[in-house]
Amino acid sequence: MNGPHDMGGMQCYGPVIPQKNEPLFHGEWEKRAMALTVGMGFCGQWNIDASRFARESLSPTFYLSKTYYQIWLHGLQNLMLERGLVTENELATGKMETHPVDVKRVVSSADMPAALAAGGPVEREPSQSATLSVGDRVTTLNIHPQSHTRLPRYARGKTGTIIAVHGCHVFPDTNALGEGENPQWLYAVQFDSRTLFGPDAEMGNTVVVDCWEPYLARA
Amino acid sequence: MSHDHDHDHSEWSDMELKVKTLESLLVEKGYLDQAALDVIVETYEHKVGPRNGAQVVAKAWSDEGYLQRLRDNASAAIAELGFTGRQGEHMRVVENTAETHNMVVCTLCSCYPWSVLGLPPVWYKSAPYRSRAVSEPRKVLSEFDVILPKKTKIQVWDSTAEMRYLVIPMRPKGTQDWSEEKLANLVTRDSMIGTGVALLPEEVSP
Repeated sequence: MNGPHDMGGMQCYGPVIPQKNEPLFHGEWEKRAMALTVGMGFCGQWNIDASRFARESLSPTFYLSKTYYQIWLHGLQNLMLERGLVTENELATGKMETHPVDVKRVVSSADMPAALAAGGPVEREPSQSATLSVGDRVTTLNIHPQSHTRLPRYARGKTGTIIAVHGCHVFPDTNALGEGENPQWLYAVQFDSRTLFGPDAEMGNTVVVDCWEPYLARA
Repeated sequence: MSHDHDHDHSEWSDMELKVKTLESLLVEKGYLDQAALDVIVETYEHKVGPRNGAQVVAKAWSDEGYLQRLRDNASAAIAELGFTGRQGEHMRVVENTAETHNMVVCTLCSCYPWSVLGLPPVWYKSAPYRSRAVSEPRKVLSEFDVILPKKTKIQVWDSTAEMRYLVIPMRPKGTQDWSEEKLANLVTRDSMIGTGVALLPEEVSP
């Protein structure tokens, strides 16, 4: 989806202002918002691609004016509402009014360190060998799906060179929609900055974008 | 997106209340174990952070065999030091040289190598960084007071998939006989994102 999250190449946001000695969390609620988001992910009612899609589907005014943990929280609420885990009224009052949904798992405090350490690997056994290899010239497709994609706008319809084959990874475009992992070969594609951003971009610089095979055609 | 310090106090206390309400609801519904949430906070507040990545870099600087293992399979080599887990399942290292400076961004969200760097700073998730790191990296670096020689090319890695990138900064001169432990003090978080360089020996207290 061409949403507010797809920021690469925008020119309207001003300079980067790193905060000196920035604290890890800006208030107690950020700690809990992070933990709630990570914790609810373990329930197995959605995958990481669906959670990214939920965040990028927030209204542009919300997305651009709120902090990242506010975006996480709002995305989380929408994921739970869509799946019937909570109701609007429950969110407003904080009191349970409907039966809980049977979630796939609830990780206990004893099991949490191992669950965090295990993470969620997305590399899968390939059903066929990679079609493309290092050194191949490829052109990204000029696609504009209404749904989730990880091909940023600035890198669509551009020609670059494969510099690494990462393996066969879960394909976010289908996984975000609950249409299956549909694993695809993933490549690191290197683009010349001028190919992406025109003659004013600095000569010699490059940008590498990780692209799944369905995003690519041979150049 | 706005910076956290721009937000007024009332919005912040609203968030405190909102999150408390949500947490008690989700615990009451049995979706979450409250003590497990404490473990998540404790992990990212105290256990997982950029000192992990600094150990990886210091070892890479000191041990040619380890550097080679990082190049061959970074996830496995980093796991040798005990650093695994969420947002670090598929690691790759990129090495800075006099010719090429590497810098990492996630233009689409906030992908970041948690297992070695912990949670990302606000600027990394902010619109200015996400929008301009790919299109004008040298200017962005100048906003971090990093001025590279003109002949150094910049390669920006946009974390669009689940690959997570750790930059190995150049090893500062005058550190030949330093231990790994001492070297790790030179390795800042930003130097492993590529928006900084390693500290010089004179910048750290002996």
